[in-house]
Amino acid sequence: MIQTTARTTARTMTRNKNVHVLTAAVSVIVLLGVSAVIAFAQPTHPQGNSDRGSSAAAPTSAPQAPTASSAQVRVMHVQGNVYVIAGAGGNITAQVGNDGVLLVDSGYVSTTDQVVAAVRSISDKPIRYIINTHIHPDHVGGNAAISQQGSTIAGGNVVGDIGASASQGATIVAFQSILDRMSAQDGKDKAPEKAWPTDTYDGPEKRLFFNGEAIEIIHEPSAHTDGDSIVFFRRSDVVSTGDIITMAGYPIIDVERGGTIQGIIHGLNRLVYQITIPAEKQEGGTMVIPGHGRVCDQADVVYYQEMVIIIRDRIQAMIDKGMTVDQVKAAKPTLDYDPLYASKGFWNPDRFVATIYQNLKDQHEKDQHSKAQQWAP
Amino acid sequence: MKHLRALKYIATVAFVLALLVPPLHAQLDPTGEWDNRFHEDEPERIPGPEIGDYLGIPINDAARLRADTWTATLLELPENQCRPHPSDYSWRGPALLRIWKDTDPATQDVVAYHTHISWQAPEQTVWMDGRPHPPDFAPHTWQGFSTGKWEGDILAITTDHLKEGWIRRNGIPRSDRSTVSTHIMRHGTYLTVAVVIYDPAYLTEPFIRTTDFAYNPQQRMAPYPCESVNEGGRPEGVVPAHLPGANSFLAEFPANYGIPPEAARGGAETMYPEYIAKMKSMKTLPRPKGKHSDR
Repeated sequence: MIQTTARTTARTMTRNKNVHVLTAAVSVIVLLGVSAVIAFAQPTHPQGNSDRGSSAAAPTSAPQAPTASSAQVRVMHVQGNVYVIAGAGGNITAQVGNDGVLLVDSGYVSTTDQVVAAVRSISDKPIRYIINTHIHPDHVGGNAAISQQGSTIAGGNVVGDIGASASQGATIVAFQSILDRMSAQDGKDKAPEKAWPTDTYDGPEKRLFFNGEAIEIIHEPSAHTDGDSIVFFRRSDVVSTGDIITMAGYPIIDVERGGTIQGIIHGLNRLVYQITIPAEKQEGGTMVIPGHGRVCDQADVVYYQEMVIIIRDRIQAMIDKGMTVDQVKAAKPTLDYDPLYASKGFWNPDRFVATIYQNLKDQHEKDQHSKAQQWAP
Repeated sequence: MKHLRALKYIATVAFVLALLVPPLHAQLDPTGEWDNRFHEDEPERIPGPEIGDYLGIPINDAARLRADTWTATLLELPENQCRPHPSDYSWRGPALLRIWKDTDPATQDVVAYHTHISWQAPEQTVWMDGRPHPPDFAPHTWQGFSTGKWEGDILAITTDHLKEGWIRRNGIPRSDRSTVSTHIMRHGTYLTVAVVIYDPAYLTEPFIRTTDFAYNPQQRMAPYPCESVNEGGRPEGVVPAHLPGANSFLAEFPANYGIPPEAARGGAETMYPEYIAKMKSMKTLPRPKGKHSDR
């Protein structure tokens, strides 16, 4: 029916156009004293060249996410020294300069060649660092192959102690738990040794200075996993969040690897209140490269943070009413956000809701236990 | 024959002269200073829409729940205070409007039109040079990425890469997946802007709305700086929202205006005149005594 309305509007517009053409024609007649036939022959619009804006998308063709089969690795400049490489699994951040190339994450193992080609399209310098935001294969799959194509800046005592091999391969930086999981002999995340982090940290933060820029690698405990890192490029004013933000879906909480909804919210709050600063009118300023999906700024992170907190609060309120997990799922507390974030895959809204439910229940029990211990004689 | 020859002569001279005069499109150039007309949709635009008034908007259940649980307190948060209206809504706000254009010095072709609107000073660029839209992983902005072309006398604009916005300032969302088609039409000293929103996330049909402006060459606009402050002393990480089913204000609009609550919930059906007949068979809430009852 709206098409009818649209057609009516279009007819009105056409009538308006005709009125203008007639008015124009009359004007020409008055001006020149010639026949209306000639006036109508005059082109109304030099800009009326329909080719001029022909590349504009048709109104109904809203941007669609590429399918897996059409996915291809693409590069886009974000800000300062920082680029994003998309289409290789998780988003890869590339910081480039005279010192070399630093990557945040390395994509799937299957896209390594495309990632290296993408890097080469923006820099001919060696790849020096790969920083892993977390352990999942769409973010660390290229560790081994890509690091082997790079080199570490090494010298002095280091080279003296362990020889020239110290400079072979790029340095892989990650939180300690990633190395623990990759190197565990019986672990699910066991990985080839060449994929292991070579430079780990286990405190709240690790700092680097590379390509004339201070880089903060900030550990976000128990968020998407227990080994998450946020990487903040301070001069370029760009932050890579890993999968604490996935613009294409609800944040995945990998409970098996230590993830929690509280950690996700803590990470989002850190991004909103401590790291990102918008430029004019809540736009631009610090740019944010999420684990998946489009490049963002603070306003986008705020929308995402608000969504997660609102859903958490709804589920908490239902728990407080004594509802079971099945009752909570049936109440569809994510209904209003599902058109934006629902996946039909494994991380569907029911699973997201059930995970938050269990996280909150567990947290409640933990809090009760702490209180009991505090007041114990 | 003499008359025919004379007519041919006049026609030829006129044709040559016609080529020499400025092109007629100059009469329809949208550039200049434009003043808004707030008596158009005044109740919605100045005091603001009523909470729970979704009439005439083709929203789906998801949008309805977003709006039901929305509270204006959200706008108090420092991170939300300086948001401008997105380009599809900014025409509706306190919208003194300036339009200007960039031309290529070599060809004199129009490369881009720009708009500046008074409230929060957002500026939209409409590229006329046929450039492609950015890739899907590029950032979205409040004003989006726009390309335009002339369709007769109408400047037709397609905008995507928008941040999430609002269709009505009572919580009805417009998603960042939307594509917006804008038509700018000049009628002498009046300008009509027709905006059509295609939102695959929150609308079941396109939503169309027009806004009018009057030419005002004496118009001056002040700058609009914005600095956020902590207004409520709310702890970080607290997001004001109504819980589903707990917004007691939703009943006020249908009760005050004698509208069936079912109709107030909106949806595509409520856009069309036939719906008025259907509404007559629906139950209404008792109208409270007061100024609204007199309407």
